[in-house]
Amino acid sequence: MAPFAGYDMPISYPTGAVEEHLVTRRAVGLFDIDHMGQIEVSGPGADEFVSSTVSARILDMKDRDARYSLLLDEQGLVLDDLFVYRLPGRWWIVVNASNRQADYDWFKRRAPAGVKVVDHSEATYMIAVQGPRVLELLDQVSGGAVSVLPRFTSGDISIRGIPVLFGRTGYTGEDGGELFFPAERAVELWELLLAEGEKRGIETKAIGLAARDSLRFEAGMPLHGHEISPAINALEAGFKWACDFEKDFVGRPALEKIQVEGLKRRLVGIEVAGGVPREGYELRSEAGAPIGQCVAGMFCPTVKKYAANAFVLPEFVKAGTKLKVMIHGNPKDAVVVKRPLYVPAYRR
Amino acid sequence: MTIDKNARYRTSHEYARRDGASIVTGISDHAQDSLGDIVFVELPAVGKALRQGEAFGVVESVKAASDLYMPMSGTITEVNAALQGDPALINKDPYGAGWMIKFTPSNASEWDGLLDAAAYEKEAGKE
Repeated sequence: MAPFAGYDMPISYPTGAVEEHLVTRRAVGLFDIDHMGQIEVSGPGADEFVSSTVSARILDMKDRDARYSLLLDEQGLVLDDLFVYRLPGRWWIVVNASNRQADYDWFKRRAPAGVKVVDHSEATYMIAVQGPRVLELLDQVSGGAVSVLPRFTSGDISIRGIPVLFGRTGYTGEDGGELFFPAERAVELWELLLAEGEKRGIETKAIGLAARDSLRFEAGMPLHGHEISPAINALEAGFKWACDFEKDFVGRPALEKIQVEGLKRRLVGIEVAGGVPREGYELRSEAGAPIGQCVAGMFCPTVKKYAANAFVLPEFVKAGTKLKVMIHGNPKDAVVVKRPLYVPAYRR
Repeated sequence: MTIDKNARYRTSHEYARRDGASIVTGISDHAQDSLGDIVFVELPAVGKALRQGEAFGVVESVKAASDLYMPMSGTITEVNAALQGDPALINKDPYGAGWMIKFTPSNASEWDGLLDAAAYEKEAGKE
């Protein structure tokens, strides 16, 4: 167990991190992610308020849609990344554990009169169910209510009498979804899903933090504090696609200025031979000059590669560029590669 | 936790087992279990002479990188090439297929200073 933003989180279960990763890619992985926070925004003016506060285009979303966005400060730096759900009459915003209070304060402070901002994190439990056989499993326990929901939408379903908001999203690159439900039913639902999986011959395992990290990493998704943080702007992290420059949002003027001035560094993926690259490791050019630093790195069990994400000087971002990464004091060969290493299910 | 009764140990969890005139070294079952899934191992060149307590390589698990230390002084005669393709052998069979290095000891008396199986079991049990 490891402490994480005030929660005790399992790094891995007895299955082991690598096998947990592979189970999620071939069948069903269950993720206890109650540490995630949920903020509800409603009331007259809520639509415009949410739109001006988050980076992504959201006013075109229909009821039940779910969309990825960033939360930026006035400098265009990344306070958090979010999943924004449009539910009938309200916005349901999923935030990271470590930023929950800060995000809530940020929304609350900026909210105009009449807009209600409520933190539902304590009363709401969250389990992610991810993998190619998730829809098959969940359909069987929800009366077929899950597979009818298109990707990046949500629905109210019932799993054996437990009321669940199901969002067909995730953080692994696999199909599946995230379940929001009353916190007091957490153990019941968790054990029910494991038991139903076993009963129906659908391999279903609990997945720890280490596999959650390697799954998201392979699929090219950012982790707050690594690829994105309040010290990293949205453009250098490669998130222009999550910013709608046709609307007003916090951070837009700063990003436009950064775009004109040019980026000082950019996020790239690298593959490494002869070692495991990890956060904090230095990158050098072939000539030996320091050019950047790894922000995350690991062994990737599906693609069977040692890889890292790193911020480097803009002249070193082209795929195929040869670099060196310093591992235990020795320069090891690395090459810039296209991200993601594993194409997410929703893009296939 | 399994213990190879024929081996001796460092408190840093490397074992040393006699194999004719050579010593075979790897990490204990307790060590592989605490490290979690092992994904990479870096081993020394054959012919390299190392002193007792000097790092001979690095083992990288899903969680972290850890140095590996010589249980005795000696010259490397063989490294386990199979670990490059399948480092998980260390998890599966730390005393057998997951061995790391063989070396010719240069100071045989260092053996006596290592923990025997019973003493190591007690030491590892404290963690």
